[in-house]
Amino acid sequence: MHLKNTRNSYGLVSILLHWVVALTVIGLAILGLWMTDLSYYSPYYRSAPFWHKSIGLALLAVLVLRLLWRWINPRPAHLPNHKRWEVSVAGVVHGLLYLLLFVIVASGYLISTAKGQGISVFGWFEVPALVTGLPSQADRAGAVHYWVAIGVLGLAALHALGALKHHFLDHDDTLRRMLGMQGRQLTDSKEKQA
Amino acid sequence: MKKIFAGIALGGLMALSGSLYAADYAIDKEGQHAFINFKTGHMGFSMLHGRFNDFDGSFSWDADNPENSKVSVTINTASVDSNHAERDKHLRSDDFLNVGKHPQATFVSTAVEVTGENTAKVTGNFTLNGVTKPVVIDARFIGEGDDPWGGYRAGFEGTTSIKLADYDISMDLGPASAVVELDLTIEGIRK
Repeated sequence: MHLKNTRNSYGLVSILLHWVVALTVIGLAILGLWMTDLSYYSPYYRSAPFWHKSIGLALLAVLVLRLLWRWINPRPAHLPNHKRWEVSVAGVVHGLLYLLLFVIVASGYLISTAKGQGISVFGWFEVPALVTGLPSQADRAGAVHYWVAIGVLGLAALHALGALKHHFLDHDDTLRRMLGMQGRQLTDSKEKQA
Repeated sequence: MKKIFAGIALGGLMALSGSLYAADYAIDKEGQHAFINFKTGHMGFSMLHGRFNDFDGSFSWDADNPENSKVSVTINTASVDSNHAERDKHLRSDDFLNVGKHPQATFVSTAVEVTGENTAKVTGNFTLNGVTKPVVIDARFIGEGDDPWGGYRAGFEGTTSIKLADYDISMDLGPASAVVELDLTIEGIRK
């Protein structure tokens, strides 16, 4: 498999970035919901937020890398059987997922740094507090962090349902090509002939 | 005529003298000469300190009849500050102060019992997290008099303690944190 994308397939880097982000986002959501409900005497009361924040900030780096990679790679064309409305809905959902993931990271950062404290990333280094002392900063950022995360989970579910619909109902390659599998659609052979 | 002058002079004297009458004072919020601090145990290892930054109130004070004194204070509980953003956010949540639903805590005195030369027990109703319970503040009169800027001031300090469970604060921080000590200092400017 190619590292880079082609006009009709995703390369290994794009595929890995997609799934790493997907699993990380779902994992962080579960971790976040779980850790905010821990009792004070839980052994994870301090370590769970540490990992949540470290992984969240690492995710920011991955997201930036992913956008850069997307920018310098060819974009695989839409499959020809996709309807116009499917292409537009998918486009909006993809755009929102990118945007809202940045909003989640930014709002999470603003919670922890609201009073000037930095955030340790895996104990390797500390990201300093840049914006502090906004009115009710931690609470407002917390509300944004929570609700936008819920929104992203909803959009991700829609995104996954779309992929499954294409796979099981349309029998097309939408999901297969994000899994790095061989195409089973005519498009590929047509392209090869051409 | 002499009597009238005497009457005016006496009236003026009484009006000028702070200690003859109960006078009303507003807490010096602008100059920030008032503090509501709290302290509780951290797991039996040490003490955790915090404070409320935003509150206001008034009192009436009569040095000759301290029993007639009254005090009322309203705290905006969202101003809780323990110098830690995540903890303060947690303290504002419904695990603790529930500031979304109960943004204010109040203390309104109901009785003052003099216990010593400058000390008294101030009984009153303390409302926190929507629950009202009587508390007794051990209060001490610190001083009163003219300030250098044309005002007249009086100030007190006091301590009391509350059990979090009494105010429906559900989060279990362990036995060392069941009771919170409140430490108050208020300075008022005579109205």
